Amino acid sequence: MNKLNPNTPDGNLANKWKDQLFNFKLVNPANKRKFDIIVIGCGLAGSSAAASLAELGYNIKIFTYHDSPRRAHSIAAQGGINAAKNYQNDGDNVHRLFYDTIKGGDFRSREANVHRLAEISEKIIDQCVAQGVPFARDYGGHLDNRSFGGAQVSRTFYAKGQTGQQLLLGAYGALNRQIHKKKVTVYNYHEMLDLVVIDGKAVGVVTRDLRTGEISSHAAHAIVLASGGYSNIFYLSTNAKASNATAIWRAHKKGAFFANPCFTQIHPTCIPASGHYQSKLTLMSESLRNDGRVWVPKKKNDGRYPEQIPQNERDYFLERKYPSFGNLVPRDVAARNIKEVCDEGFGVGSTGLAVYLDFEDAIKRLGEEEIESKYGNLFEMYELITGDDPFVTPMKIYPAAHYTMGGLWVDYNLMSTIPGLFVLGEANFSDHGANRLGASALMQGLADGYFVIPYTLGNYLATANVGKPDVQSPEFKEAEKSISTETGKMLASNGTTTPDEIHRKLGEIMRDYVGMARNAAGLKIANAEIQKLKQEFKNNLKISMQSENLNDSLEKAGRVKDFLELAELMAEDALQRNESCGGHFRTEYQTPEGEALRNDRKFAHVSAWEYIGKNKQHKLHIEKLKFEYIKLSSRSYK
Amino acid sequence: MKMNIKIWRQAFQTTRGNFQTYILENMDDNMSFLEMLDVLNEKILHEGGDPVSFSHDCREGICGSCGVVINGRVHGPLQGVTTCQIYMRHLKHYKTLVIEPWRARAFPIIKDLVTDRQAFDRILQAGGYISINTGGIPDANATPIGRHIADQAFAAASCIGCGACVAACPNASANLFVSAKISHLAFLPQGQPEKNHRVESMLKAMDKEGFGNCSNTAACEFECPKGITLKNIAKLNREYFEALFRSSLEEHPTHPHHGKGDEVAHAAFHDTHEK
Repeated sequence: MNKLNPNTPDGNLANKWKDQLFNFKLVNPANKRKFDIIVIGCGLAGSSAAASLAELGYNIKIFTYHDSPRRAHSIAAQGGINAAKNYQNDGDNVHRLFYDTIKGGDFRSREANVHRLAEISEKIIDQCVAQGVPFARDYGGHLDNRSFGGAQVSRTFYAKGQTGQQLLLGAYGALNRQIHKKKVTVYNYHEMLDLVVIDGKAVGVVTRDLRTGEISSHAAHAIVLASGGYSNIFYLSTNAKASNATAIWRAHKKGAFFANPCFTQIHPTCIPASGHYQSKLTLMSESLRNDGRVWVPKKKNDGRYPEQIPQNERDYFLERKYPSFGNLVPRDVAARNIKEVCDEGFGVGSTGLAVYLDFEDAIKRLGEEEIESKYGNLFEMYELITGDDPFVTPMKIYPAAHYTMGGLWVDYNLMSTIPGLFVLGEANFSDHGANRLGASALMQGLADGYFVIPYTLGNYLATANVGKPDVQSPEFKEAEKSISTETGKMLASNGTTTPDEIHRKLGEIMRDYVGMARNAAGLKIANAEIQKLKQEFKNNLKISMQSENLNDSLEKAGRVKDFLELAELMAEDALQRNESCGGHFRTEYQTPEGEALRNDRKFAHVSAWEYIGKNKQHKLHIEKLKFEYIKLSSRSYK
Repeated sequence: MKMNIKIWRQAFQTTRGNFQTYILENMDDNMSFLEMLDVLNEKILHEGGDPVSFSHDCREGICGSCGVVINGRVHGPLQGVTTCQIYMRHLKHYKTLVIEPWRARAFPIIKDLVTDRQAFDRILQAGGYISINTGGIPDANATPIGRHIADQAFAAASCIGCGACVAACPNASANLFVSAKISHLAFLPQGQPEKNHRVESMLKAMDKEGFGNCSNTAACEFECPKGITLKNIAKLNREYFEALFRSSLEEHPTHPHHGKGDEVAHAAFHDTHEK
């Protein structure tokens, strides 16, 4: 095991970022236009980075597989964005946001990064308001806040249930302005399929135009990856259908270490799958657990309608097991318990993979009108999808994967282990440790894009002495060739299993063995099953042969191939981490009460994995986490 | 549930398309419309064919990717939803589903049900933003904005850019889409400095893309999945008149984006409104 250096600046925590900004080398304004930068992904992190860098004068190329940058999955974020503004005068400050985030992440994130995030949070809100983001306001015209899990202050800014949409449209506007000025060139319908590294530095990418099949090379002085997370490895997740790991995985195979791949967040309240055809899952807001009561029948495989089951034959298991927090236990605890009762055979619905979230008591207590005003839009959405009216019959819910804390390893400057390759947003691993708090993903994406990368990338360009790379160089040609060969191979495959079928099977394996609760025996089974699936993919793939226009099955096949490899690493990482923390719950490591049992002596570190070749075991590198400002403690919700 | 599915198939933008009919059986009430297409595509793939291309991504009605015409209705027979929010139980009284792409000159078909809506991006690039660089911004609460103003701006800003307004319009006009952005920014104090230039520039870009003119049929409002109202078009027109009036009073050729060709936009506008 080698040790990794996060390049965290010395000095007092609160001054680290300020000092670092002063110590950075700068690129002269007149010289900035001599540098080309490639950005992959156009969500909050990618769009904000591309726009901010272009404003400084760099030439930007931004790539997305969507038809427009506005489609990126950041658009679907509902709840809000945290910032330590203390507008509510409830005692919030930078240190408190820092503390909550470290604790919420179960002490598995880097103090210096998280503190910087908290410092920057305030500026993000200013920036967004100036762009015209219509946040919710009070009658006096000032910004409104709400509270979210894991915090005792109201620091979440929101725009109804569409905060992600409004923030993304703000960043997309900033991007559009630079496109109009010709400082940014946007490549819609382009998927990054490889990273090109010359003399140890990231200098380009190879992309495929999804509309024509054309493979092309693009060179730049630095590359920014902001391609999002990999929850779709579970097949059923709250992510958009196209969200995938290909960009980060292929960069990983070119030398970027992958950190904490097993840290995934499962959201407890999603609308359950209704049949074998299920394509994705929809989140139902966490706020519903304020008034809804979670229960299952006391009898296994009880076929009765919920209304027919009398009170004394119902098990309100969260209230029973966690009398003080009840239905409002944190996400990971709720999710795990729901899975447990379903695994034991108490689940409801046609698949047995659901529990009731019942508003009967709340309706009796508060009246239908009050419930309507609080949750009306959510009830409507639920009814649209399931056909059931929650006023009449209890909701059915089940947990689903929706965020990945793991990602490519980056240092304090957001640079990966490949010089010149920077990784932002959900694609990196940096700020959320083993569990992300609600409303912190938007904050991190925009912090990285607007207020970190413009400085750290400038310092790299000013010091790294990168020459203008040439797309005609053999490294580019080789990468193009290997992509063409691989695409050709897939197009020529003539088996019987479609990419979706393989992906669904992979999802089942991941949900069963690498999901909410894991153990060594299960993780070994997962590994064996993944090997079988990889063989299936290799020998029996069936896709459409269309090569010169849109071919969904070909795109999916490439992404599924990468998911299969990443799945193996996730299982290995989960097996190696012999403790439970945050979203990573190993059943062997729990307190007598069934809570997560951390092992700080052995595992207060980041596990960063190095790819060393096909069919070879990944090599593990360790970054020790030092907690100088926060005392390690354990969480309890009894 | 068993159904005939009649779908527009077109291999390339330049080739002729036609309808093809497929039969699907054993469909479930709770299957979404897009999941029905998934099932159909798996079937086509197993039979050795080329699956139907359709745009989709978030499948919860917010990304704006999806959008087809189902039995003559844009985004299907329900109001206030996108195509991905239609479920088979909403369609079960039909024996046949006729599924077509958006039809508009400015949205050329790429393949099957997928159309190229990048014209929308180009319109927004022409001025659908507030020109502000990152950093150096005063505190977010420095400028209070009345709640009713903020709410109106939000309502206009909730447009998802799906193109249903264009597809529903007999003239394939993009007025509702453009007006949503104009209104969103015109309501806010931050949007004031550039408002005249913005409306002129965006309308010019709109005309260049080949969208039709608005003749107030209100089909766009009826079919908009996000409830963007015609009031936005009224506001667009007011903003445009004001901009014309002011630009005749003030000389402002110094704006970096203001160039030749504005006369064309003015002329096109008068074409629409003087009939």
